[in-house]
Amino acid sequence: MSISRTNSGVLAASAVVLWLALLATGCGDPTAPQEPRQPIRLDEPVPLVFDRAGEPEPEILAEDQELHRGNGEEPQTLDPHRAEGVPTANILRDLFEGLTTTAPDGRIVPGAAGRWDISRDGMIYTFYLREDGRWSNGEPVTAADFVFSFRRSVDPDTAAVFGRMLMPIENAQPILAGELEPEALGVEALNDRTVQIRLDDPTPYFLGLLTHASTYPVHAPSLTEHGDDFVLPGNLISNGAYRLVDWVPRSRIELEASPNYHSAGQVIIDRVLYYPIEDENTEFQRFRAGDLHWTDQVPSNLFDWLGANLPQALSVSPWFGTYYFGFNLTRAPFEQNLPLRRALNLAIDRRILTEKVTQFGEIPTFTLVPDGLPDYEPPVPDYAALDQAEREELAREMYRRAGYSDDDPLEVELRYNTSENHRKIAVAVSAMWKQVLGVRTRLINEEFRVFLQNRAMKRNTEVYRAGWIGDYQDAFTFLELFHSQHPRNDAGYANPRYDRLLEQISTERIPARRRNLMVEAERILLAGQVVMPVYTYVTKRLVSPLLKGWEPNVMDFHPSQQMYFVKSRAQVEAEIEAAPETETGSGEAEDVTVVDEGTT
Amino acid sequence: MLNYSLKRLASAIPTLLILITVAFFLIRIAPGGPFDSEKGLPAEIEANLEAKYQLDDPLVIQYFRYLGDIARFDFGPSFHYRDWTVNQLIAQGAPVSFTLGGIALILAFVVGTLIGVWAALKQNSLSDYLTMSVAMIGISIPNFVAAPLLILLFAIALGWLPAGGWDGSIQRMVLPAIALSLPMIAYVARITRGSMIEVLHSSFIRTARAKGMPEHEVLLRHALKPALLPVISYLGPAAAAILTGSVVIERIFTIPGIGSHFVQGALNRDYTLVMGVVIFYGVLIIALNYLVDLLYAWLDPRIRYDR
Repeated sequence: MSISRTNSGVLAASAVVLWLALLATGCGDPTAPQEPRQPIRLDEPVPLVFDRAGEPEPEILAEDQELHRGNGEEPQTLDPHRAEGVPTANILRDLFEGLTTTAPDGRIVPGAAGRWDISRDGMIYTFYLREDGRWSNGEPVTAADFVFSFRRSVDPDTAAVFGRMLMPIENAQPILAGELEPEALGVEALNDRTVQIRLDDPTPYFLGLLTHASTYPVHAPSLTEHGDDFVLPGNLISNGAYRLVDWVPRSRIELEASPNYHSAGQVIIDRVLYYPIEDENTEFQRFRAGDLHWTDQVPSNLFDWLGANLPQALSVSPWFGTYYFGFNLTRAPFEQNLPLRRALNLAIDRRILTEKVTQFGEIPTFTLVPDGLPDYEPPVPDYAALDQAEREELAREMYRRAGYSDDDPLEVELRYNTSENHRKIAVAVSAMWKQVLGVRTRLINEEFRVFLQNRAMKRNTEVYRAGWIGDYQDAFTFLELFHSQHPRNDAGYANPRYDRLLEQISTERIPARRRNLMVEAERILLAGQVVMPVYTYVTKRLVSPLLKGWEPNVMDFHPSQQMYFVKSRAQVEAEIEAAPETETGSGEAEDVTVVDEGTT
Repeated sequence: MLNYSLKRLASAIPTLLILITVAFFLIRIAPGGPFDSEKGLPAEIEANLEAKYQLDDPLVIQYFRYLGDIARFDFGPSFHYRDWTVNQLIAQGAPVSFTLGGIALILAFVVGTLIGVWAALKQNSLSDYLTMSVAMIGISIPNFVAAPLLILLFAIALGWLPAGGWDGSIQRMVLPAIALSLPMIAYVARITRGSMIEVLHSSFIRTARAKGMPEHEVLLRHALKPALLPVISYLGPAAAAILTGSVVIERIFTIPGIGSHFVQGALNRDYTLVMGVVIFYGVLIIALNYLVDLLYAWLDPRIRYDR
């Protein structure tokens, strides 16, 4: 073997390595520093033009109205009463329609029921179904369908995960526990088109609950015919704007507009494809390649890059959820040690966490219930008004009062489930505790279900990471979490006064009094330092600039039936060029409203 | 030979039984259950769910009931994907994984042996070093690096191929098949080169050449067959692994194969699905090893098991 040959081999090998390295840095890492350049060009939409009824003018609509949505996890089931999770809810919202539904901005609007009456005491709701409400097979949607469905949802045999959503309805609780027959539920058909629902307690958010999948109607005859297989393509009969065409598990779910839907004439998107894509980087690449119009997530490390390169597609808006840390209150060191819990809470610099760690415009918070509810103002603690240096001073004082010092520091375990984001936040928090108080934190990273079990058992856990997304638009969905009997009260918080307050809230009929009780409950929770709220979640996604008709909303509900594609500017210019002879409309100008995206 | 094959087949049954038993109890030991969620379940609803899926019986009874079920080829309902049975999920995912894995396997075998033979013939030349260096890189670059690079280059920068998804069309198979086969091509090339060099130096090749046999016949008729033996023994188990799908490739290209069931099933504590794919994989490995043994006997006349 000659030396020169060996050298040339090594040389060749290193050349290949170098080439691969160049390839990798050239396009493999979008976060790498780059020459400033133009944002990626996406098609620019034409200005929006609406007719008098507020519908988009046909001329601006694109020919192809097929929507491709990235949708996170594969749904566990399309049975609305057994479903759980946000991705499934997105699909079910297109397939089914509850008694009420939501407008693009999240307002509650009539759904399968065209209108309703509420009794003066807030305990009896009477819903009048639409005359033209029909199932996807053409049969009318009747009051009996709703009675059947509500009963099925609370029937223990259904084993519905969200059966508890229906708890406010008369007798729902004993039925779920198997003490009463489902027929005892307070839902009744007064006639073919009238459903009456009696509640145990006045529930101001009840109309909002009725947008939840657990209250959707299911088609009784197809359940009898197909049993549990009634949700499969070919079998599923639904009452929403779309019907199920195809479902290939972990590949795609295909829907098409249902001609029997009561408002079928207003549905513009005629076909929707949901793709279960769990990996956010994969989803991002597929959006870039033009495969998707709508993503469920964006890669968490790409905020700057997206802001610079895809600003016209990036949508970030507040969500109805809170990221927080909880204390295990049932054992040392946090049992009966308010100063210590307060010290750890004050030492966290939320601004740094959201600006430097999570980076997507998450909103720093000191309260459990997120801001932005129309009829609720969270009781912000006094220390929120201080600056961080003052809070840290206070934290050190509390820490000393709790009996710890530099010589005798606290040693604590911080537990979180495996995720890059959780890891980064936990590392930052432990660094802050170390720096401000000298606390020695051991970070424990666990697989999700191990983590959940440890949290619930309250044996090993000391401090745990948690997050809560509200199930319905009311502060109660956060507050009830700390009832001593709630299955997810992993802090082990058991305060009889708090429990009593929650029960009072449930039965209170006067809105203003109810609101005050809820504020009082949250104040107790925060004063007791049961949790350390960190930030309000945001939803973040990429959306094709040509897709219109949707708005960011706090519940993150985006039914496909409200959306539509508009033509691109380039397309319209090409059309005008191709047909210069065509007359342009003249006398109709006053009939339309033009909204130029550039100015809004 | 027949006797031998039957004996091998019979020994597969206790192997499978041990596999099933170990897997069944291991997955049950894992903390947490299939119905845990961050939302939490009221105790009565959790009890309803456990009753529905017969998880409230003693574990040993569940075990024997499960053995009875799989004897009838019934793998039960999936605990996580509640609208599907495990049989349906495997029937849906396996053809996808088989197609993709099959293409990758053929690609790896054909391209890998060609490169290996070529490098062996040009032993110690520039092209030998070059191809073997590239092969070394191919082995050391993991899938999760190679696959996104392929997507960036061919789907986003050049726009020639889709970035992912699966609809049975060739375009969507190209990138994942290449990504899946890259490390295998490299392995096969290196193994082939090594054994080919060894065979080329053996005396029967010298004899063939001395007889004046044309070089291509020396290679094809005498050298290649024995040189492929180690490749075959590598490809057997590798085929089982590749045919049952790759978690990484399926995730990056969003392909609905059965590979991700191994990981997702375990993470979701989807007991029946995990058991289903484990048994499926076990059967496949046993079958392919059996096939490799038979191929061995055919390739190497010195191996005669029934003697």
